[in-house]
Parts: sequence; C-alpha cells; structure tokens
Amino acid sequence: MDITAKVKEIIVEELGVEESEVTMEANFIEDLGADSLDTVELIMKFEEEFDIDIADEDAEKLVTVGKAIEYLKSKIN
Amino acid sequence: MIDLSEKTAVITGAAQGIGLAITEKLAMNNAAVIIVDINKKLIDQRVEMLTSRGLNAAGYQADVTKSDQIEDIFKEISSTRGNIDILINNAGITRDGLLMKMKEEDWDLVLAINLKGTFICTQKVSRYMLKQRSGVIINIASVVGIMGNAGQANYAASKGGIIALTKSTAREFASRNIRVNAVAPGFIETEMTSILSEEVIKKYAEAIPLKRMGKPEDVADLCLFLASDLAKYITGQTIQVDGGLIM
Repeated sequence: MDITAKVKEIIVEELGVEESEVTMEANFIEDLGADSLDTVELIMKFEEEFDIDIADEDAEKLVTVGKAIEYLKSKIN
Repeated sequence: MIDLSEKTAVITGAAQGIGLAITEKLAMNNAAVIIVDINKKLIDQRVEMLTSRGLNAAGYQADVTKSDQIEDIFKEISSTRGNIDILINNAGITRDGLLMKMKEEDWDLVLAINLKGTFICTQKVSRYMLKQRSGVIINIASVVGIMGNAGQANYAASKGGIIALTKSTAREFASRNIRVNAVAPGFIETEMTSILSEEVIKKYAEAIPLKRMGKPEDVADLCLFLASDLAKYITGQTIQVDGGLIM
C-alpha cells in the first residue's frame, strides 16, 4: 500500500482541498483551512482507514501533512 | 406544515412515556423512526403498533450506558439508511430519596443512564452528523434540572448536567449546521409520575399556572417543532414545557 498517496487522498476528501495544496510542509490548520473538528475527524479517518489507534498525545503533534505521513508509516510498518 | 419525510429519527427510551409520544409524533409527520430501548418486548410491540398504522418504524435493543452497543446501532442505521437526521436523547430513570439517605448506587445509576447515556449517544452520532453537515439533537432534561427538587438530588443533577451538556454540544457542533437543544418538561402524566399519590399530584397541579399536569404529547409537540426547519435558528436553548410552573 502506498501510504503517502492514501493519506493525501484522505486529506483531499476530508478537507475538500486541491491535491496540489497537500504538500509535505502544509499545516492542516494554517494552510489547509482545517478547524479543530476537522482535525479530530481526520485523525479518526486515519484510524479507521489504517486500522490503528492514534493516542491523543500523538495526534496533537501531527500538525503537517509530512508529520502525519511519517507517523503513519512508522505505525503501520 | 411540518414534513419530516426522508428524515431518520433515533429516539432513546422510546418504548414508553414521553419517548413513545415523541416517536409517534415524529412518525405521524413522516419521519422514519428508530426506537432504541432496553426493553426488547416493548420495542417489538411498539414497532408493530406503529407499522400497523402504516408508519415507518424499526427498533433496536440497547443500553445507552454501553458505548459499544450504541456505536454498533448507529453504524448499522447509517449503512442501511444513509443519513441520521434527528437524535432524541430521552432515556432516563428516577431513583428518588432524600440526599442524606441516598445510596451511592442510586446516584451512580441515575447519572449513568440520564447524563452519561446522553453523552454517549451524542458522541456516537456525531461522526455521522458532522460528516453530513446537518443534524438535530434534542436532549430531554426536566424543570427539576433548573429548580431542583427535594428527594431528587440525583435526578436533578443529571438533568442540570444535560442542560449544560446541551450548551457545550451546541457550541461545538454549530459550525457543522447541527442544532442541539434541551426540552425541560414539568410534571407530565407518565409511568414515571404514576407512582405519585393523588394528593401529591393535586398539590403539584395547583402550583401550575395552567392548572393541570402535562401530557406526553405536549412534550412531543415541542420536539416536533425543534426537529423541524421551523426551528432552524434555535440552538443551545432549554425550552420548558411545564404549564408555566417556573418562569
């Protein structure tokens, strides 16, 4: 499974943003226009899609696309 | 005219009393109603009663304090029906007694079903309503949650808690077009108040400006209004149906 592609696809769908905006450096709140509910929904979607649990203290650190991908890769592999 | 066709409404504690009246009212205004209750036998009877009248009804047995049961039910409703438009958190019990002699287990049980149950159902439905970008949640509180009542410290605390929970939920979900309101019935003729003596009921009725106990349908009418688009600009409120008991 191409985790990077899947994560980007989820972000595009959940946040309603263009794929080109979903760069590794993009911050969910500042760059992709997510609010606090969006970030919770996004984390829940990652948990569901990859069948993992993401602890709250981990979730807080996943502020950019790159950090989320890096974290999910480490959890899944 | 209120028309709730194409709307799915889930009502907890719907097999009797106020919950049943709300269920019938929503169904008669074309909503698909889903009864969630702890009593399997009563669920079957009520669903049969409603469907025999040509209304759209189904039921699930569950305990509102068990989050896994509630999660499963919403998952199934969502997958079979699509949207979950209306949630009425109505399930509730009393275990009355003076505070000095109140057993901890009676405190815990009332808080668990009335307050935690409301939280659990709200939390579990929220993922669907947030995604839909629409929804209505109505929490059944009580005037006792506003004015307190001797002998009902546990019940009053749970209902006061529901009012505060309603306001917090309304603030959190407002940006997603989900309205959350509380309804605070006064003294309503149900199984819950049928244990009161005639004398007590007479005394209560005298204190009510409209001079009578309320009927479950009085509460159901308000819920129908709040569930409909007529209430589209109302959220975070606690509305009393109490014949003017407290003002």
